Amino acid sequence: MSISLTVNGRPHQVDVDPATPLLYVLRDDLALNGAKYGCGLGQCGSCTVVVDGEAVLSCMVPVMLLEGREITTIEGLGTIEEPGPLQQAFIELQAAQCGYCIPGMMMSAHALLRRNARPSDAEIREALATNLCRCGTHMRILAAIRRAGELMQAASLPKADKGRAG
Amino acid sequence: MGILQQEITRRTVIAGTGGLVVSFSLGRAFAQAPAPPAPPAPPASLPGSLDDDRFLDSWIRVDPDNSVTVFTGKAELGQGIRTALLQVAAEELEVDPQEIEFVTADTGRTPNEGFTAGSQSMQNSGTAIRNAAAQVRALLLAEAAKRFGVAAAELRAENKSVLAKDGRSVSYGELVSGQMLHVEAQPQSALKQPGTFRVMGKALPRVDIPAKVTGRAAYVQDLRLDGMLHARVVRPPSPAATLAELDQGAAEAMPGVVSVVRDGNFLAVVGEKEFQAVSAMRALAAAARWQERDTLPDQATLPAVLQGLEREVGTVAEAGVLSSNGKVFEATYTRPYQIHGSIGPSCAVAHMKADGTLDVWSHTQGVFPDRGAIAEMLAMPEEKVHVIHMEGSGCYGHNGADDAAADAALIASKIPGKPVRVQWMREQEHSWEPYGPAMLMKVSATLDDQGKIASWAYDLWSNTHSTRPGGAGALLAARHKAQPFQPEPAELRISPSGNGDRNANPLYTIPNKRVLWHFLPDMPLRVSALRALGGYANVFAIESTIDELALMAEADPVEFRLSHMEDPRARAVIELAAERFGWDKAQMPRNRGRGFAFARYKNLAAYLAVAMEAEVEPETGRVRVARVVSAIDSGEIVNPDGIRNQTEGGILQSISWTLYEAVAFDRTRITSTDWSSYPILRFASVPDSVEVNIIERPGEPFLGTGEAAQGPAAAAVANAIRNATGKRLYDLPFTRDRIRNAVGGA
Amino acid sequence: MWALRVVIVCVAAIVLAAGAFFFLAWRSEIPEDAAAAEATFAPELVAKGAQLAALGNCIACHTVPGKPAFSGGLAVPTPFGTIYSTNITPDRETGIGGWSEEAFQRAMNEGVDRAGRHLYPAFPYDHFTRVSAEDNRALYAFLMTRPAVKAEAPQNDLQFPLEYRPLLAAWKLAFFDRGELEPDTSQSEAWTRGRYLVEGLGHCGACHTPRNAFGAEDRDQYFSGGEAEGWQAYAINKDSKAPIPWDEQSLAFYLRNGWHEFHGVSRGPMAEVTGNLSGLPDSDIMAIATYVTSIMGDPTPERGQRAAELRETFEGDYREQAGDSQSSPVSASGGSPGEAIYLAACASCHEGQRRQPFGGLNFNLSTAVNAPNPQNIVNVVLFGLPPADGEASAVMPPFRHLLSDQQVADVLAYMRERFSEEQPWAGLVELVANTRSGAHQVTIRPSDGIERAPHNVGAEEG
Repeated sequence: MSISLTVNGRPHQVDVDPATPLLYVLRDDLALNGAKYGCGLGQCGSCTVVVDGEAVLSCMVPVMLLEGREITTIEGLGTIEEPGPLQQAFIELQAAQCGYCIPGMMMSAHALLRRNARPSDAEIREALATNLCRCGTHMRILAAIRRAGELMQAASLPKADKGRAG
Repeated sequence: MGILQQEITRRTVIAGTGGLVVSFSLGRAFAQAPAPPAPPAPPASLPGSLDDDRFLDSWIRVDPDNSVTVFTGKAELGQGIRTALLQVAAEELEVDPQEIEFVTADTGRTPNEGFTAGSQSMQNSGTAIRNAAAQVRALLLAEAAKRFGVAAAELRAENKSVLAKDGRSVSYGELVSGQMLHVEAQPQSALKQPGTFRVMGKALPRVDIPAKVTGRAAYVQDLRLDGMLHARVVRPPSPAATLAELDQGAAEAMPGVVSVVRDGNFLAVVGEKEFQAVSAMRALAAAARWQERDTLPDQATLPAVLQGLEREVGTVAEAGVLSSNGKVFEATYTRPYQIHGSIGPSCAVAHMKADGTLDVWSHTQGVFPDRGAIAEMLAMPEEKVHVIHMEGSGCYGHNGADDAAADAALIASKIPGKPVRVQWMREQEHSWEPYGPAMLMKVSATLDDQGKIASWAYDLWSNTHSTRPGGAGALLAARHKAQPFQPEPAELRISPSGNGDRNANPLYTIPNKRVLWHFLPDMPLRVSALRALGGYANVFAIESTIDELALMAEADPVEFRLSHMEDPRARAVIELAAERFGWDKAQMPRNRGRGFAFARYKNLAAYLAVAMEAEVEPETGRVRVARVVSAIDSGEIVNPDGIRNQTEGGILQSISWTLYEAVAFDRTRITSTDWSSYPILRFASVPDSVEVNIIERPGEPFLGTGEAAQGPAAAAVANAIRNATGKRLYDLPFTRDRIRNAVGGA
Repeated sequence: MWALRVVIVCVAAIVLAAGAFFFLAWRSEIPEDAAAAEATFAPELVAKGAQLAALGNCIACHTVPGKPAFSGGLAVPTPFGTIYSTNITPDRETGIGGWSEEAFQRAMNEGVDRAGRHLYPAFPYDHFTRVSAEDNRALYAFLMTRPAVKAEAPQNDLQFPLEYRPLLAAWKLAFFDRGELEPDTSQSEAWTRGRYLVEGLGHCGACHTPRNAFGAEDRDQYFSGGEAEGWQAYAINKDSKAPIPWDEQSLAFYLRNGWHEFHGVSRGPMAEVTGNLSGLPDSDIMAIATYVTSIMGDPTPERGQRAAELRETFEGDYREQAGDSQSSPVSASGGSPGEAIYLAACASCHEGQRRQPFGGLNFNLSTAVNAPNPQNIVNVVLFGLPPADGEASAVMPPFRHLLSDQQVADVLAYMRERFSEEQPWAGLVELVANTRSGAHQVTIRPSDGIERAPHNVGAEEG
């Protein structure tokens, strides 16, 4: 069955069983690496992507529920050449060891920071409640998300200033 | 596969010419001294892994196009080793790190450095690359000196060129020719002085992180080859189960299914797309009938079970005469089976090619040993198997990587011509990876009148902590085949770096002591190396005991440690951690406590001391570590941020092991098969701060770092709980139930 | 004059009534006991008190998640406004540090604080009045040995005129039956003990019995189901909708472990209850089960017959595969939108081979699908079961960001039709919308029940 998906702003037509979890469509049909298989049970968060602004576990979502919805993966946040604020912050603070869980962490953080660029420590921890890290990179992940919030605010400030000046 | 052929040829040539070089030098010896032939003297010992792979061009290649390639037999496991080794090479070669092509563990290309394990990569490979690079630089300088007609001392190397004082310069590429770097390394190198470092000692950002945070292909899980198929294994429901009946028709009829593979108890399905393989695996699992047997021990009486498995005793350390005079402290500690628990389940890609050679991409810790085991399993000559390391999710020891590689290889061997990717399911990783072994530790120690430790008897019961390949019998797929391979029998071996007995000999000054390893050759649960091996539980037991002895001696735990420690570097980390933590005798608020612990990993690698503040909620039994301050001495520093990252990670991982983790099983099956039944640390309980202080030791040898925190962090948690509640916990992990039971309504 | 007489009589009546009311309402202050917080207690008494406090689940209402235990301040929504729980740590100024044991006993017995003020029945003194003086003494010892925390609870926010506490005297006159229960000699020792635990500190009826317009438990509908923290407390009398009826063994197992093979895992506020019950001895758990099942009575023959069939299907050896504990639907081509979603998104776990408590419960065994009110299943679909922190627990991902109100309603309507013989639920879409928006407030907890980290409470959607 053919299903139309919008991933990172681009429309795609995929021919899959509609019960296929989104994760496998992203990785297998669209050759995207960001969302990772971790448990397939909704327990670890490595497959987290953002759907219409909210963090969801792509290993648990049948792709049929995603027709017409806006899906964002880590590939949609920027590139090596032009990293987005979250990517910049994770690189700057070296917030990875093996890095396998990190894209999921970043997507959970992305959903949070869209709503609130200055989250408290407790709010960040809450947003990451599902995400597991085995290397013990937690302290750096928390710091990188705070830093990304700052970068996002800094990026949006000049615009606001311009608006006021004009 | 031109590249592979070329590489294999290159290795073959090296091996061949190596022989030629040796004959040539022998020939010269004959020419110069026509004496009767004498057996050649054993070659001089070379630094680090150079001793095993003695030619400079096994490690470093400079091509005429001025490209520089560095080879290591070690693998990036998420510990940042690629970056640290690159820094070492860049420093001594006088090349910018981004100018170097860096090749890691690949049986077709790199030196054989065994396993990337035991926190030895910097000690072995780092030392080898550093010396090889320095010697390559010296050769290039000498060649340039010859061409410029000046003394080598007048020249300097910089940015892949050699520069003369008069402004002349020549690139490395122009200097190399023929077999110039195909020479044996010398025992001594002219290493750069620490004061002149440009790259080493600096926090060079990890080279792998940008790809990982932008969704580039970074892991073997991301490998997509043309025409690649997806496979899933159907593992038995329990370790001793055998496949009794199988109706594979339904699975075979499912969309996209290419093949069902069965070899004895090994069962797998291959599909065109990944989720088709997953669906078919489920169907196949439902259509399989297994004969199960109850071969697992009774978890409730595990300590007694372990003692009952003892067959042999090894003496780890012995000094003086034990006595029971003075104040005596006796205790029994236990550690459960624990998992590596990589977040990404094990994965591999294998391709049996038309020419009968097999390529395997794996996140194994040892491409060469794995090649041997896979070749044995498939009855192929070793040289026809090519194992290439690609990163996986962090492994923390011997997890399912080798087994997944064997699965992929076995499946690929049955459907030649197509690359096959296998990824384990979460439940398979939890149920089938080799666990960190359960252990039992008994201590009996005495204090003399001066409050000094007089006598120390320590007994530990443990399996071996390494069942790595080795032979094919180390691989699950090989064990499950119709013609099964048997695991090699485990042997008791006492070595300086230790195994189950790692760190069992306390570093403190103790005049009379005896440390015994009661060896258990039988492994009712499959076990192997988990980060720090026995060092985790032994340091937990020793450092818990040291705290109790300090209490008996009415001494401060830090002062008590210092009064039993002579090694100045050990004293330095203890003092620094205490100072930065603000260690004092002030009363903590109720249900809060502080704990301290120290160990030198393996008694010969990095020194690490850690202080923690923890809070205990008696009503729920919940423990949260609030603040951690550590100090580490890793010898000469290549990348301080890498050391910090590894140490922070080790501390948090050890807190997770210590508070939460134990494999659960009934008499037949493993029952902790996912994160809901085997919980680990989540963000709600992550400390407020974790601080790592590094003591710099310029000019000292590199000391392994990656596992140094596991034992001390566990003991510091135990000691902080003791301080907060007055109760000593002896059995890992410190679950809420255990805390509540210990603390009661107090 | 006739009119004057009427006025005089009325005034007299009012004065008399006021006097009577004052007499009824007035309670003396018990003087502050300066030494109370410093008193020492036998460790056995404190340990017993700890057990009793766990049974009473005191910590649940008297603690804000993430804040120190028993320091109060938790908002308890009621139909009459919001009540904030009090600080019951032994802090002299803001807690019960100045309370003598007498004051504590009176609060438990009469619902009156040390200063003589009537307490709102959100504090379930209608149950605690059944607690023996001896048990209250142990509880007191336990609470007075907790760390003192200075924490002032916010002012209650109640509809006029309910802030006027003397009115509570009238409420008590109408609905409060003070004192310990009469012994029932016809019953077993276990039953009597069970009744004491259930009716007293356990205060099961506070959630499981519906309340009348005045917020009092409706004793005529004893245990026929109520509400707590946005969740339905199921009927635990003859109206129980459990497809396989509870019996002593299954109920005791559930209370002991927080789950049962035929009933699933406890969640919502019940998760905290079962979490806290772990401190109780087996004999008390058994006693509670004995008493509660006696209230449930024997199932009807039809119910028994259906249960026998279900047992046959679900009892015994599951072919749980370590390899992959889920099973997959063949396809998502369901006949209706609800069926399609169920097959693609729910069945993989809920028709899988993984056993309780970690696998999804098969809905043939689900009380939620059979319940008269779909609130609980709506809560779980939207908010899932969050993972516990450092404890084994069932985990289910939330679907609120994936399914629209209509889609949730569709899938629940399908499940009701397929797995239950009850009438279809009405008003599903609206209920889902209100739950999602927070108009209907729901407390979300992981299934281990004693998680009190801040992220686990409250619907996030504002």
